[in-house]
Amino acid sequence: MFLAIGLFASFAHAAADIEINTPAVSAIKNSMQARHTQLEPFYASGAVGLTRDGLVSVRDANAVALSQRQSVNGLVSAENTDRNALYKEIANGNGHPEWEAEVRATFAQRWAQKAPAGWWVEGANGWVKK
Amino acid sequence: MNKWKLALPVVFLPLVFLPACVTINIYFPAAAAEKAADKIIDDVWQLKQPKDKAPDAPDATRPAK
Repeated sequence: MFLAIGLFASFAHAAADIEINTPAVSAIKNSMQARHTQLEPFYASGAVGLTRDGLVSVRDANAVALSQRQSVNGLVSAENTDRNALYKEIANGNGHPEWEAEVRATFAQRWAQKAPAGWWVEGANGWVKK
Repeated sequence: MNKWKLALPVVFLPLVFLPACVTINIYFPAAAAEKAADKIIDDVWQLKQPKDKAPDAPDATRPAK
């Protein structure tokens, strides 16, 4: 019986993985991918930056032409809706809704790390240009 | 009396080990999550461009992990 318990424990341990191939996650990913081409110039100009909580925000509205400000705001808000849904879906899809905050923190870290030079990333002490 | 003494560990040891089974599967798999995040970020930001390296098989044909 203890052997069985031990085996179960090690199996449970080995099974600790993250599933991201769900329809919901794929749909959000595709939507973000399509938006990225529009957002990229604003990341590069520093108008939009990556926040500490795994979202994006308008860092410097002055870096955006007046005519484009409305569209930037729309892009940022749509992107954040997708990102929030993504973190939630990954947690739910793995049967652990309570993991959402940790999923978000993991993503925040990875977005910041993988951001190309010239983009702005929010650190513990404010905005930093990579 | 002796019978009861033998029964004690049989009754109580599972009570010690069973919670371990329950909690062991609830910890957040940080390393796996990091790998999953990297995969999604590469896709969203299109960081893995085929022209930089040997052409990759398209995602759809890649076996699911």
